[in-house]
Amino acid sequence: MSKSISELEEIARKCRVEIVKMVHRAQAGHPGGSLSEIDLLAALYATRMRIRPDDPKWSDRDRFILSKGHASPGMYAILAEMGFISHEDLKSYRVLGGVCQGHVDMKWCPGVDFSAGSLGMGLSFGMGCATAARLDKSDRRAFVMIGDGEMQEGSVWEAAMAAAHHELGNLKVILDRNRIQNDDFCEEQMRMFDIPAKWKAFGWNVKEIDGHNMNEIMEGLDFLESPENCQGPSILIAHTIKGGGISYMENNPSFHGAAPNDEQFHQAMIELGEVEA
Amino acid sequence: MTRMAATRDGYGQALLDLAGNEKVVVLEADLGKSTKSLHFRKAYPHRTISCGIGEQNMLLVGAGLAASGYIPFASTFAIFTERAFEQMRNGVARPNLAVHLCGSHGGTHTGTDGSSAQSIEDLAVFRTLPNVVVMHPCDDVSTRELTMQLPALGKPSYMRTARNKTPVLYDGRENEVKIGKGIVLSEGNDVAIIACGVLVSESLKAAESLAEEGINATVVDMHTLKPIDGQLIDDLVAQCGALVTAEDHNVIGGLGSAVAEHIVANSFAPLEMVGVPDRFGESGQADEMLEIMKISAPYIALAAKKAISRK
Ligand SMILES: Cc1ncc(C[n+]2csc(CCOP(=O)(O)OP(=O)(O)O)c2C)c(N)n1
Ligand SMILES: [Mg+2]
Repeated sequence: MSKSISELEEIARKCRVEIVKMVHRAQAGHPGGSLSEIDLLAALYATRMRIRPDDPKWSDRDRFILSKGHASPGMYAILAEMGFISHEDLKSYRVLGGVCQGHVDMKWCPGVDFSAGSLGMGLSFGMGCATAARLDKSDRRAFVMIGDGEMQEGSVWEAAMAAAHHELGNLKVILDRNRIQNDDFCEEQMRMFDIPAKWKAFGWNVKEIDGHNMNEIMEGLDFLESPENCQGPSILIAHTIKGGGISYMENNPSFHGAAPNDEQFHQAMIELGEVEA
Repeated sequence: MTRMAATRDGYGQALLDLAGNEKVVVLEADLGKSTKSLHFRKAYPHRTISCGIGEQNMLLVGAGLAASGYIPFASTFAIFTERAFEQMRNGVARPNLAVHLCGSHGGTHTGTDGSSAQSIEDLAVFRTLPNVVVMHPCDDVSTRELTMQLPALGKPSYMRTARNKTPVLYDGRENEVKIGKGIVLSEGNDVAIIACGVLVSESLKAAESLAEEGINATVVDMHTLKPIDGQLIDDLVAQCGALVTAEDHNVIGGLGSAVAEHIVANSFAPLEMVGVPDRFGESGQADEMLEIMKISAPYIALAAKKAISRK
């Protein structure tokens, strides 16, 4: 599962292309949070996740829980890259009967372990998966991706407190700290003040990284997996750019949940090196 | 051409129109762009309280404001109001505090967001709460009218609005819209179709197709599910002798149940309920959803014939 930094960057680039294609085709969906999370997902899936794409229900697989389930295009893109679903399946995003439902759904899509869409639920679910692994005496892990806006849900903190209480060293959170939520910047909607201090105060191991720098991402994943951080729950706070990789989407709250038009789509394909300017 | 509009826009407009009342405050949970409270926020930022993505907190902040003499209007997606159900139950309904909760994007008509966003049980759960008035208007005009009447209500309310556009029925007929009073939209003596929300216009379409077959249907917009307009239902039973209900909501617990509860205790008539057949939705376009849930106009017409055959 070893991959060079440039190989990982190329995987992430290909996923970005698919993300933009999905939301453009559907003329709906959530590009912003898909683009901010994708470097993290690419590195996690391509180098760390213990999974079998040809046996998606393998009982000892690591679990990945996309709690911010609206950012599903990012997850579908990496699942296609890993071979859980086909690239053809990506065309079913938001289409009646498609495996790629608007929000990731374990009933519909191979490789999806959690039916998301309501924020603030994934961490509790991840705690359940981690607890089951412990009861099974399995070394499988539960990785949970949460959004920064999502962190405003009180239930996130119920789970955070409980996971530390139960010393769930096999529970690992990645926070996509892109500073934007649905309506606006987090700073306008609900300030969260010192986020690392909050998680530390809840008893978690905390590390901050640049979520678009592959070297830092690999260090961050090493941190999550290091033996000293497997005594209790750990969180990687990844500073990211919402819409990262597409100039006009970057740091633009209106691309939280809006699709590019044809012209913008073309522009994105140029920026991603898919077509010549 | 019929004007098309989304009920959520009527809600947003009403909040602006109510702003003259200094006691009106608006609560948001990071979905103001979607529920349309954003217009109020832009115009009256100091009377808009952002609760972040925290629906449970929002409901009880509303309760505290109501207990302090304010008139809070809180909104989020219909589905996420349910996350704060117990706050609504114990913190709002039980002390009878006039918090007005609006759930937008109700029903499977919400479309491609998929099952997690398509509330099919909100009307049922809020209908079970004492003191709470439950509404589901069908166009932007009636949504605006009903919302405008809420400050005078003096008790809590839940109103479901919809994401997508539907035909506007009440331009110039604003005066007919009153909380608790169903509205007769077309008259016929063979069967009465009682509908709410996006299925009101589907029911009118069904009545047209029935008319082509010589079947005359009354169509009622039952925008208030609780308290239900029992007098009107009794009149419809007497006039038509067969009823159909139509709603973009689980067939369990919503408008159909409200009508059934009334008729079993009062008068009798065969009743066919058109609603989501006790299943979750999925991603699809709004019109596709009405088809796969079997709640579009042709299904309503079919149910009407069945109700008539049971007379
Ligand atoms: C409980 C709940 N409330 C509201 C929403 C509507 N919603 C969908 S995405 C979103 C903003 C999420 O922001 P964030 O967690 O920061 O995600 P990202 O920026 O990564 O897209 C909101 C409010 C929801 N899905 N669930
Ligand atoms: Mg965010």
